[in-house]
Amino acid sequence: MEWFTTVLYLLGATIRVSTPLIFCAMAGLISERSGVIDIGLEGKMLAAAFAAAVVAALTGSAWDGLAAAVLVGAMLSLLHGFACITHRGDQVVSGVAINIIVSGLTVVLGNAWFQRGGETPQLQAEQRFMGVIFPGTDNISHLPLLGPLYVKVLSGQSLLTYIAFLLVPAVAWLLYRSRFGLRLRAVGENPAVVDTAGISVDFLRYRAVVLGGILCGFAGAYLAIAQNAGFQRDMTAGRGYIALAAMIFGKWKPLPALYACLLFGFLDAGAPLLQGVKIYGNTELPVQLIQALPYALTVILLAGFIGKAIPPKAIGRPYIKER
Amino acid sequence: MNATPAPMPRWLEIFGLPLVNLLMAMIVSGLIVLAIGENPFAAIGAMAAGAFGDLYGIGYTLYYATNFIFTGLAVAIAFHAGLFNIGGEGQAYIGGLGAGLMALLFDHSLTMWPMLALGLVASAVFGAAWAFVPAYLQAKRGSHIVITTIMFNFLAAALMVYLLVNVFRVPGSMEVVSRDFEASAGVPYVHALLTAIGIEMPQTPLNLAFLWALICCGLVWVYLWRSRGGYELRTAGLAPKAAQYAGISPNRVTIEAMLISGALAGFLGFNEIMGNHRQIVLDFVAGAGFTGIAVALMGRNHPFGIILASVLFGALFQGGSEVAFEIPTITRDMIVVMQGLVILFSGALAYVNRPLLEKLWKLYQARKNAKAAAVVAPVSPAAAPDAPVALAEETATLAATPAAPEPEALETTPMPKPAPVEEVLEVVEAEIVTMGPGAEPPPAAPRRKRGPKKSKRKPGEV
Repeated sequence: MEWFTTVLYLLGATIRVSTPLIFCAMAGLISERSGVIDIGLEGKMLAAAFAAAVVAALTGSAWDGLAAAVLVGAMLSLLHGFACITHRGDQVVSGVAINIIVSGLTVVLGNAWFQRGGETPQLQAEQRFMGVIFPGTDNISHLPLLGPLYVKVLSGQSLLTYIAFLLVPAVAWLLYRSRFGLRLRAVGENPAVVDTAGISVDFLRYRAVVLGGILCGFAGAYLAIAQNAGFQRDMTAGRGYIALAAMIFGKWKPLPALYACLLFGFLDAGAPLLQGVKIYGNTELPVQLIQALPYALTVILLAGFIGKAIPPKAIGRPYIKER
Repeated sequence: MNATPAPMPRWLEIFGLPLVNLLMAMIVSGLIVLAIGENPFAAIGAMAAGAFGDLYGIGYTLYYATNFIFTGLAVAIAFHAGLFNIGGEGQAYIGGLGAGLMALLFDHSLTMWPMLALGLVASAVFGAAWAFVPAYLQAKRGSHIVITTIMFNFLAAALMVYLLVNVFRVPGSMEVVSRDFEASAGVPYVHALLTAIGIEMPQTPLNLAFLWALICCGLVWVYLWRSRGGYELRTAGLAPKAAQYAGISPNRVTIEAMLISGALAGFLGFNEIMGNHRQIVLDFVAGAGFTGIAVALMGRNHPFGIILASVLFGALFQGGSEVAFEIPTITRDMIVVMQGLVILFSGALAYVNRPLLEKLWKLYQARKNAKAAAVVAPVSPAAAPDAPVALAEETATLAATPAAPEPEALETTPMPKPAPVEEVLEVVEAEIVTMGPGAEPPPAAPRRKRGPKKSKRKPGEV
């Protein structure tokens, strides 16, 4: 049964690691389907994580932390929108700027406020989103296979994790079944048509970008006050880019993006287990290979070697009325 | 693009605008410093003293500047081709691998100069190779270069960790570094050279790679503005359709620009590995690839501007360490914030400050004119005709009379003899489209700001 314990651990870890990726990938997806490139996922998530940790530490409430994270994510999105929707600046440059500003600012502020080299104080359990225990865990746990699966994998995750998984069908519904979603997809493909129909391109894109910022807020809050007990410098560690890659790997569609997030999360969660595993005689499987796999897969996919990922047609192009 | 020709003079455009952007970044940084309860002016003072106060500070400033010149040039040359090379970080990392590999292989057998030349070439080749894959994929398979270069940054990081842990690490050592190079594989330090001719200079990592960086600036300038390849590159970046009509292959330009860009970024690895560390280490690029973006934007993609911006950022990094030493609340990360703000103001918000400055200039001009008009009898201003036909008629007649009083109009139609209106228009149009040798070359790069936008163009799309 040792392998079963490993599988359980792996499944649980995959879900935990994937959660911020899912939030971020959905954020990027909504933004990019409206035609605005979102390289700034990393920065928004980092800023949100910082805000969540600071506010949770000060007020002692995880919910306040979440609210602060969402607020900060949305504010940075507004900045992104101001630069590239209102003023038609370059979307990639704006995203890069946000990432760099946040990576410095969080440490400067954290260091000035708490004097811990950029870290925030350790949070207590009641200041965080701890695991939610499902009903009936005591009665079911003795069942073979299903019992441990229910107790160790399905139950006991953070509330934010469940929100993340529910978010995916919600985003799919929003995109494909709602009027807002139809317009959103249209504005990412052909903004001129949307404009001709009398709908404001800018306002639509603003809403999409801010929605993305809110979701980044959730991702950051999860990192700082659910998965960890505080903020550390550069704690996102490239997850925003992985989420971006997952979204592209999922071809800008919610469900495939979820699968990509789970795959990348699985690779991340499984990498430590593979440390020292021998393959082919005496050669060790390099852990770095597993870590690099998400990026390599995304490059291969983008190059069109496994299927074809076609971005929204108007992506990256600011809309100029009457041209 | 859609930007109307600037009504403001060139000096204001070239020097004023970056200064305004820098000033805004400094004001916001100053507010942040105020917000954390420190005196921004004291910080600036400490920074300036730390960066330029003595030879030690200057040495470090120029050492940082060397890195930023290389990455700044790398970003700029890609910008000129309408590409956004966000992968300078990875290309520099792999460039350092190339230099370090050569040093480890040959430092026992080669003397200094051949060794250094080999390292220099290897860093360029490795950096260019790391840029080649994204460039090829963009040109031939249509994948987005921004995304692929980001992915290649992470791939480079993973590869370097693997190589250092499993290949280069000295057996039995806990440190994840390669062995030290022999003296032959070290670029001569500037302080050593100065001491040899009798000038005392404290030990700094500044080495001769700085000279090579300056030479690279010259070479890039010659390439961009004095060579056929550079002309094609700029044309493809400014007007992809015109370039294609003129027979310039956009795919070739993409690959060529990225190869040069990657090679330039690779030189950073030469400066760090053979100039400073003299062994292969982890994370020696330390964000300089991203600083290159700020440097290129601030230096307006011109080699001379890049030198100025690099020295500025070098001073910020060196001065930042001194500030962190004197005022512990302000860590070096403040410089990272400033760097991001510079990218924000001179890159993303480029269309906010520019019109603002234009408006101010117009206001200033109007007031000056009003004053002048009050003194001298007012001269009736030339009426600006609205209809294009009227404009063409006027320019055609102006071209016919050599002693025309309007120099501007003469410049727009350099026709030697009078011609019917339609013909004038046609000829001018044809010249613009073909970009023939007689036509006006594309405007100098500094005027361009939105290079990356072009990279969304799919190859082959007309």
